[in-house]
Amino acid sequence: MNAPQTIAASFDAEKARADFEILSRTVYGKPLVYLDSGASAQKPRVVLDTMRDFAQSEYANVHRGVHFLSAAATDRYEAARRTVQVFLNAAREDEIIFTKGGTEAINLVSYSYLAPLIQPGDEIVLTVMEHHSNIVPWHFLRERAGAVLKWVDVRDDGSLDIEALDAAITSRTKLVAVTHMSNVLGTVTPLKDIITRAHAKGVPVLADGCQGAVHEKVDVQALDVDFYVVTGHKLYGPTGIGALYAKRQHLKGMRPFNGGGEMIREVMKDRITYADAPARFEAGTPPIIETVGLATALDYLSGFDRAAVAAYEHDLLTYAREQLRQFNWLRVIGDAPGKGAIISFEADGMHAHDLATILDREGVAVRAGHHCAQVLMERFNVASTSRASFALYNTRADVDALVAGLSKARGILT
Amino acid sequence: MTDSALRELYQEVILDHSRHPRHYGTLDHASHKAEGYNPLCGDKVTVYLKLDADGRVGDIAFEGKGCAISQASASMMTDMLKGRTGEEAEKLMQGFLHLVKGEDASDLPEDDRERLEVMGGISEFPMRVKCATLAWHTYKNAVEEGAT
Repeated sequence: MNAPQTIAASFDAEKARADFEILSRTVYGKPLVYLDSGASAQKPRVVLDTMRDFAQSEYANVHRGVHFLSAAATDRYEAARRTVQVFLNAAREDEIIFTKGGTEAINLVSYSYLAPLIQPGDEIVLTVMEHHSNIVPWHFLRERAGAVLKWVDVRDDGSLDIEALDAAITSRTKLVAVTHMSNVLGTVTPLKDIITRAHAKGVPVLADGCQGAVHEKVDVQALDVDFYVVTGHKLYGPTGIGALYAKRQHLKGMRPFNGGGEMIREVMKDRITYADAPARFEAGTPPIIETVGLATALDYLSGFDRAAVAAYEHDLLTYAREQLRQFNWLRVIGDAPGKGAIISFEADGMHAHDLATILDREGVAVRAGHHCAQVLMERFNVASTSRASFALYNTRADVDALVAGLSKARGILT
Repeated sequence: MTDSALRELYQEVILDHSRHPRHYGTLDHASHKAEGYNPLCGDKVTVYLKLDADGRVGDIAFEGKGCAISQASASMMTDMLKGRTGEEAEKLMQGFLHLVKGEDASDLPEDDRERLEVMGGISEFPMRVKCATLAWHTYKNAVEEGAT
């Protein structure tokens, strides 16, 4: 109903920006221009304050003691689980497993869910734009159990070929593991369509939402996704905490991951029984303060009109894309329709690391390298790229600083 | 101030070496060879050596892909190592490693130090030191473990 301008107007980036103290610092005497949120986002004051307050007033170990603080900390920890549940619109809170990040969540699915199901020759379908964290755990199953990795290509613009993905799913496919949003190309995959097609062949789907959940609202029930993975530090929360959503029906049959305290029902000298999910998959003392921080970050993000934030980021991306067009020596990799706010590029005669070093001295933080996506680098025949990734606190002025820095780098290096 | 650090890092000698690397390519009948790889940035270099019976660097070449710093460093290294005895080469390498880390490199003979000084600007960029040292470590690997 609303015109795009009205939607964009309901999100005030300058105001949000003020929530992030680090953004007012300088680097080498220049204002910080942080364009590396795809690697890790900065944290708003409320997240840092809440973690500190919690540690100072309510902290103790969880699920253990009968004392006051242990009960208080347990309440906060379990409330955080409900916050994640609501954030992803999961049906039940015990479908949310806390992990130390996205990587651990995918390793958990690989070890606890898929490994016991794999017979030599069984297939796992992946796209070439996966992050190493959604590749290596499946390579383990190739090495150790004889699984076959089937790679789905992307088109030259970085978009996913859904028909190719569909064709890759066969009677031997045991899982489709696909990113929600590429950390290099910015491509947003048609998750709903992927899941519908995979389910039509009886194949479950894991979606890596480490980037995707940051930029759009996720509804795991509407998607009907089997596994969905998020990490806290890209969601404006702390490091060391992430979450796995897994359908109850899968969790029930999954073997434990790490062994230790918390995940057991009974331990005897000659036998052992395990707790139900989620405790079964949360051995040891969890990162309690970080979990509280994650919940605060999700509340912070949910406090905005998410559609308005998405529209704002999209506008910023469009602006950046237009600005970069003036450089005929620069090639953007990934121009898929509807892509998220990430721009990767290659520059003639300038290696990404030299470029990043010069931008850094201008206060502009970008990522340079293979972005933990070597399969994708090979697909586009590049050794490395530079990447600018945008968050809700970035502005057009940040894009302008990037553009000025690129001109300067050109002057120095060529 | 930061500009002068950048200009020193990317001075003309370095850019020239990176654009027109010396001894670039393979060596037929190399006696030693090693590949170096920096998984962080994807820089790759292969160093080929022909060591004489007494360990002297009879011939040397490199191939690789990477940033201006890694390519220039490899190119300069091949220029400077050719003809050196094993002992001289080792000394040169140690001096170079000191230099790029901003440490005391006064052990280096004066003309070597003068030639290598263009790489000294890297010490202001700690994240990039590995780019400069990749070729040298690869050379060392080739000598020690790379007999073909």
